[in-house]
Amino acid sequence: MIEYYLESGEEMRIEEHPILSFKKQNQLHFTFNGRPMIGIEGDTIAAALHDNGIMHYSNSLKSHRPRGFYCAIGNCGSCNMKVNGVENIKTCMTLLAEGMVVESELDEVTIDA
Amino acid sequence: MIQKFGYADTELVKTKFPNEDILVRPKAIIECYQEIPCNPCETSCPFNAIMIGSDINHQPVIDYNLCTGCGACVYSCPGLAIMVAQLKQDRAYFKVPYELLPVPKKGDIWHAINRQGEVLCDAKIESVLQNSKTDRTVVITASVPKQYLFDFITVRNKV
Amino acid sequence: MRERDLIIVGGGPAGLSAAKVALESGCSVTLIERANDLGGQLVKQTHKFFGSKSEYAKTRGIDIATILIHDLEPYQDRLEILTNATVVAMYPDYVLSVYSGHDYIKFKANAIIIATGASEKFLVFENNDIPGIYGAGAIQTLMNQYGIMPGRDVVMVGSGNIGLIVSYQLIQAGVNVKAVLEAADHIGGYLVHASKLVRLGVPILTNTTVKRAHGTTKLEKVDTIQLDNHWKEIEGSEETIECDALCISVGLSPLHQLLSMAGVEMIYINELGGMIPKKDEDYETSMPHVYACGDVTGIEEASSAMVEGKIAGLMAAASLGKPHPEFDSRKEEYFHQLTNLRQGPCGIKIRKGLEQAGEMI
Repeated sequence: MIEYYLESGEEMRIEEHPILSFKKQNQLHFTFNGRPMIGIEGDTIAAALHDNGIMHYSNSLKSHRPRGFYCAIGNCGSCNMKVNGVENIKTCMTLLAEGMVVESELDEVTIDA
Repeated sequence: MIQKFGYADTELVKTKFPNEDILVRPKAIIECYQEIPCNPCETSCPFNAIMIGSDINHQPVIDYNLCTGCGACVYSCPGLAIMVAQLKQDRAYFKVPYELLPVPKKGDIWHAINRQGEVLCDAKIESVLQNSKTDRTVVITASVPKQYLFDFITVRNKV
Repeated sequence: MRERDLIIVGGGPAGLSAAKVALESGCSVTLIERANDLGGQLVKQTHKFFGSKSEYAKTRGIDIATILIHDLEPYQDRLEILTNATVVAMYPDYVLSVYSGHDYIKFKANAIIIATGASEKFLVFENNDIPGIYGAGAIQTLMNQYGIMPGRDVVMVGSGNIGLIVSYQLIQAGVNVKAVLEAADHIGGYLVHASKLVRLGVPILTNTTVKRAHGTTKLEKVDTIQLDNHWKEIEGSEETIECDALCISVGLSPLHQLLSMAGVEMIYINELGGMIPKKDEDYETSMPHVYACGDVTGIEEASSAMVEGKIAGLMAAASLGKPHPEFDSRKEEYFHQLTNLRQGPCGIKIRKGLEQAGEMI
């Protein structure tokens, strides 16, 4: 049995809401830096990571300072990661899929010519 | 004051209340202290008791001869700035909009809250209205001692 | 090269409204949206809208998005929708380069409506880049679209309508809002929004801003500082608030880049959020057959964006030789609605900005 990872020890999923209803969706399994995690169908990769307690998404290019979720709509680039081997994917705009391999790029970001 | 702290003081609140003898019947109290482009209170009133006019920035004016205290404006106001008030014997009864969880049940005793967010006293939940018309804004009828007429604004779960 | 009649860039309130009127007029429309779904920021707005009936007042933003999308359904034979597609370039010869599914696709249009909206402004303070510091839009996205709380204890910076609304939405989601900070000496947004928060026990601290954030890989606390009425920090007034999220809501700036790139004449108007296209009274920019509407033409409420979208759709269709059957009455009606939305004291800043931009209102 695989143990699924939760850094914060508590899920951030909203259970009940006075205005919105969040449909129960199928669970999706993925890995982040090799650690198995669970998200749900309809999550973006970044949203699923946040629910798993992951706050540190990348490092700044010059001074290598930690960066987290900032804009969530594809403007800022601070959530870019390597997804299924492809670099610089905007994880806030990319829907999670079963079996995805997600890796933070931290200090190994390259900009292809 | 309200511009700096976000709540109306009693003096300002009183300008929005009719005389107490009018409140023997339920009447809408419209706490719209600013000209903003908005008119659902006017268009939602089944008795044409609320007047804004063609410039939707005007503040609403209520005709207490026409207002029945039905509460249609309470859940229609996007600013949650309208309540219905009534005085019966030694208690004040209010219909207020509520958009949080949990929702109280009839008969519950919750905290009565003032405009600054402070606990005033106990509030008895008299009834709870929630249907397709209120569109997920619950209208709670609660009662408090009469002395809190100008202070009460909402209820809060005691837990 | 894909050749099209009318291309609309952006599927938010302005773009969807423009599409509807252009389709009613008989145009063929290609609507290009960067996100997975249409609706723009409306899909995160859980509150009932202000305005009047024509701008869907008292309907929740999430439901307005559904209505606007549903309104396009009768025209499916003339409507092409591309989602997950980002317009990355616009050229003076009406060519758009669209990035979609790891490919670049070139489009050429007879007319273009730019409805790209806005992006959030940022605030300079010590350690403003620690994970846990978000734009207000990100918090709305995370919370209202994906159902995930951004943190347990949040401090909000900015008391404009967005800051106040998002604070209220955080409480609805079960998050504790510790304070709303406002650098000015008064609340920026509608007082009714502020009162909703204060009665829930959230303090709004005017003349106060964030001085620095603490934490290494995630936010732990923030220091606030009071400002005098000349925006000078008051020595010794620092206070610390423990929080795991800080939300920045200090305004928006128009996403003008495509228009700038195409060489459209631009003007910087502080009151409208930054760089905006100059446009004539028919919403046409300096580039013939290129129209702009919504926040990209200056930051306002979504209600105004919807009306502006209708105007741009009406005018673009007419410029393509397909005037709406009720062109004259619609034009009068839409401009009347827009004037009405802007004419109160809350519209002073917008009116001042539009005047500087040389636009008559």
